[in-house]
Amino acid sequence: MGTNNQHTHNFTQQFEFSGKAKTWSLIAILIGVAAIAYGFLLDPAEYHSERTFANLLLMGYYFTCVCAAGAFFLALQLVTQSAWSAGLIRIPQAFAKVLPIASVILLVICAAGLFSHNLYHHWNLEGITEVGNEHYDAAIAKKAGFLNAPFFLIRLVFFLTIYSIFALVLTRFSDREDLVGGLANYKKSFKISAIFLVIFGFTTPIWAFDTIMSLEAHWFSTMFGWYNFAAMFISGLCAITVTVILLKKAGYMSWVNHNHIHDLGKFVFAFSIFWTYIWFSQFLLIWYANMPEETVYFFKRWEPEYKLWFWLNIVINFLAPVLILMTRDAKRRTNTLLAVCILLLCGHWLDYYLMIMPGTVESNRQFGITELGIFIGFVGLFSFLMMTQLAKKPLAAKNHPFLEESLHHSI
Amino acid sequence: MSAHNESILREPLITGTNITYSKITDDVLVPVENKPNMAWWIGFGIALTLALTWVVAISYTFWVGLGVWGLNKTVGWAWDITGFVWWVGIGHAGTLISAVLLLFRQNWRNSINRSAEAMTIFAVICAATYIIAHMGRPWLAYWVFPLPNQFGSLWVNFNSPLIWDVFAISTYFSVSLVFWYTGLLPDIATIRDRASGFRRRVYSILSFGWAGSVKNWQRFESVSLILAGISTPLVLSVHTIVSMDFATSLEPGWHTTIFPPYFVAGAIFSGFAMVQTLLLIARKVMKWENYITMFHIESMNIVIIVTGSIVGVAYLTELFVAWYSGVEYEQYAFLNRISGPYWWAYWSMMTCNVISPQLFWFKKIRTSIWASWVLSIVVNIGMWFERFVIIVTSLHRDYLPSSWAMFYPTPIDVLLFVGSIGVFFTLFLLFLRVLPGIAMAEVKLLLKSSSDQAKQKLIREGKIDAEQAEYYQQSLEKFDSVSKSDYAKT
Repeated sequence: MGTNNQHTHNFTQQFEFSGKAKTWSLIAILIGVAAIAYGFLLDPAEYHSERTFANLLLMGYYFTCVCAAGAFFLALQLVTQSAWSAGLIRIPQAFAKVLPIASVILLVICAAGLFSHNLYHHWNLEGITEVGNEHYDAAIAKKAGFLNAPFFLIRLVFFLTIYSIFALVLTRFSDREDLVGGLANYKKSFKISAIFLVIFGFTTPIWAFDTIMSLEAHWFSTMFGWYNFAAMFISGLCAITVTVILLKKAGYMSWVNHNHIHDLGKFVFAFSIFWTYIWFSQFLLIWYANMPEETVYFFKRWEPEYKLWFWLNIVINFLAPVLILMTRDAKRRTNTLLAVCILLLCGHWLDYYLMIMPGTVESNRQFGITELGIFIGFVGLFSFLMMTQLAKKPLAAKNHPFLEESLHHSI
Repeated sequence: MSAHNESILREPLITGTNITYSKITDDVLVPVENKPNMAWWIGFGIALTLALTWVVAISYTFWVGLGVWGLNKTVGWAWDITGFVWWVGIGHAGTLISAVLLLFRQNWRNSINRSAEAMTIFAVICAATYIIAHMGRPWLAYWVFPLPNQFGSLWVNFNSPLIWDVFAISTYFSVSLVFWYTGLLPDIATIRDRASGFRRRVYSILSFGWAGSVKNWQRFESVSLILAGISTPLVLSVHTIVSMDFATSLEPGWHTTIFPPYFVAGAIFSGFAMVQTLLLIARKVMKWENYITMFHIESMNIVIIVTGSIVGVAYLTELFVAWYSGVEYEQYAFLNRISGPYWWAYWSMMTCNVISPQLFWFKKIRTSIWASWVLSIVVNIGMWFERFVIIVTSLHRDYLPSSWAMFYPTPIDVLLFVGSIGVFFTLFLLFLRVLPGIAMAEVKLLLKSSSDQAKQKLIREGKIDAEQAEYYQQSLEKFDSVSKSDYAKT
C-alpha cells in the first residue's frame, strides 16, 4: 500500500449525453409544457390558474433547491477536506452549474405569480394595508415593510444571484484544476467555500420564509427556515445518489465503488432522520402549546383534504428510509438504495406540496394532470440541463488532491 | 479504513520524532504512574476548596429550604435551572466527539475523546445536583421515576417535558458511561500489565480481563460502532428535550419552534469550549503536545465558530420572527431582552457567543494557544448568559405587568454555582491521576499513517508530489511542538 497509480481507471472518461437519456428528458419537458398549457387553458375547474401557479412554484422551488443543494454539498466537501466524495464531485458540480437557470425560472414564476395575484395573495392583495379598504388586514399591514412585492423580489434576486455566482466560481476552480493541476485552485476553492457556506447559512432561512412561509403570511415559525434547509439537503443528496447509481449502471465511473455508494446511503439515511427531527420538533411544539395563531397551520393540514397526505409524508420520508436503509447491506445494494432515493424524491415533492397547497388552493386541493405533468416536466428539465453540463467535462476531477485517497476508500 | 493511503495534505495527528508505541504509553501514563507534581496539587487544592463551598451551600439549602435562593413568585426558576442547562450543554461535546466524529471518520477525535467523555460524565453529574437541590425534599428524588403508587410516590405526569428530561438525561448518562468505559478497557489493561502489587489487582479487576486477543479487539470495534450509533441520536435528544422544558410553554421568549436544534448547536458550542479550556491546560501540564496538536486545537476552534454561527442564526431568526409574528407579547419579550433592565445580560450573550468567536476566522488567532484559551472562557461565560437571558428575562416580565419583578441572586446561589465548578474540576483532576487522559490504544492506531514521522518518511522516500509536500511542510509552521530545524533536514 501507499504506492500510487496502480489503478486502471480512465479519469478522462466523459459522459455522452445522447440516445434514450436525451430523448426521454426532452419528452418529459414536452409533457410539462403540455401540462402547463392544460392547467392554464383547458382545465375546467374554477381555481385552475392558482393551481397551475402553485404547481409551478412547487417545482420551480424544488428544482432550485436541488441545484443549490449541489452547490452546498460541493462547498461542504471542500471545507471538511472530504476524500470519500472526491471521485463523484463532478455530479454536484453539474447540479451547481444549473443553479443560475433554475434561479431565473423560480424568479419568473414568483414575479408572475405576484403580479397576477395567483400567488402570495395572503399578503399581496390590493389595499390590504389601507385602513378602511375592504381587504384591510391589520396583521399583514404591520409586516408590509418586509412583505411587499418590490422588496420581496429584490431579496429573491439578491440571494439567488449570490448563490449562483458562488456555484459557478466553485465549479470553475475545479474545471481549471483539471487543466493545470497543482494546489492553487484547491486553496482558492477552500476559501470561497467557507465564505459561501456562511452566506448560505445566514440567508437560506429568509429565502424559505419569503418563498414558502409567506404563502400563509399570518402564520410564523422560527423553525421553518431550517425545516426547508433539511428538505433541501436530503432531496439534493437523493438526486446526487440517483445520478451516481444511474451513471454506474450505464458503465461510467469505475472508480466509484460500493464503499462510496455506501457513504451516500448513510448520508441519505442520516439526513432523512434529521429532516424528521426538524419536522417533528416544529409539529410537537405547536401542537403542545396549542396557540390558535400557530395551530392554524396544522389545522388546515388536518382537514380531510390533506390528512391522508399529511401522514403519508412521514411514512415516505421517515419510516421508509429508516426501515429499509437500516442495515449495512441495504445501503450497499445499489438497487435498494436507488429505489429508496427515488421514493424520497417523490416524498419530498409531497412535503413541498403540503407546504404550498394549503396556502394557495386551500381546500380545492387536487392531484391530477397538472400536478403529475408539471412534476414530470421539471424532472425532464433538470435531467436535460444537468446532463448537458455533466457531458461537458470529464467525469473525474483528475487533479483533485484527495482523489488518490478516495480510490483507497473502504468501509 | 483508508488511513494507510491518507493524503499528505492532512495535517499530522501525532507530532514529534522517534515516537514509538511504547513512548506513547510512557507519555500518556506519566500522571497515572507517578506522584503528582506541584501544578496538579495547586489545581486540586483550589478545586477542592471550591467543592467544599458547594457542600456547605447545598447542605445549607437542604437544611433551611429553597427560600435561601433568590427566587420569587415571578422568577420561580433562575440560577438553578441556568446552572443545570449550562452543565448539561457542556456535557454534549464528549458524546459528539466520541460518537458523531467516529461516524464521520474524523480521526483527530482519537486523542481528545477520552478526556471529553470524562468531562461529559462529570458535567452531567453537576447538572443533576441542581435538579436534586431544587426538589426541596431530595430524599424523595426517586419520585421522578414512574414507580407504582404503592411505593409511596405519585404516578408521574408523562405529558410533562420534565419527565422526558429524566429519561433523556439518565439514558444519556448511562450510554456515555458505557461508551467511556468500553473505550477505557484496553488502556486499563495496559496500566495493569505495567503495575504491580495492589495496584495491579485493582486495575486487573477494572480491566474485565482484557487480553488484547483478536477476538477482544473485534468485539471492541463492533461495540464501539454500535454505541456510536446509539449515542448519536442521544446527542440530539438530550438538549432537544431540555429546550422543550421551555418551548412547550406559552411563555413569550420560550415558546418558539427553533429551540430544539438551536439548543443542540449551543450545547455543542459550549461543550467544545469547555474541552478546549481543559485540554489546553492538560496538554501543557502533562506535556502531551505531541498528541493534542495544533491541528486538534484548530479543529475544535473551527467547530466553535461553526456552532457559534448557527446559534447566531438562531438568535437573529428569533428576533426577526418576534417582529414578523406581530404578536405584541413576543415583540415585547425581545425588546425587553435587548433594552430592558437585563440588557447587559443580552449583550454579554451576543458578544461572547456570536461576535467574539468570529475572531477564529483569522488563522493567527485560532492557532494561538492563548487566544484559544481566552476565547474558550469567553464562550463558557456567554453560554451561561444565554441560559440566564432565556430563563430570567422571559420570566421577570410576562403577560401581567403587576407581577413584574427582578431577580437578585443570594450568596447561596453564587456559592452553589461556583461550588459546582469546583466539584467538576475536582472530579476531572482525580480522573487524570487514575485513568489515562488520552485513549492510548486509539492514538496508536494513527502512528503508522497520520503521524508527522510517517508523513516525513513518505516525503523522504520521494513518493509525494513536490507541491503537496511543500503544502504539508507549510501547514506545520504553526505547530508549537514541531521545531522547524527538525524537518529542515528533510
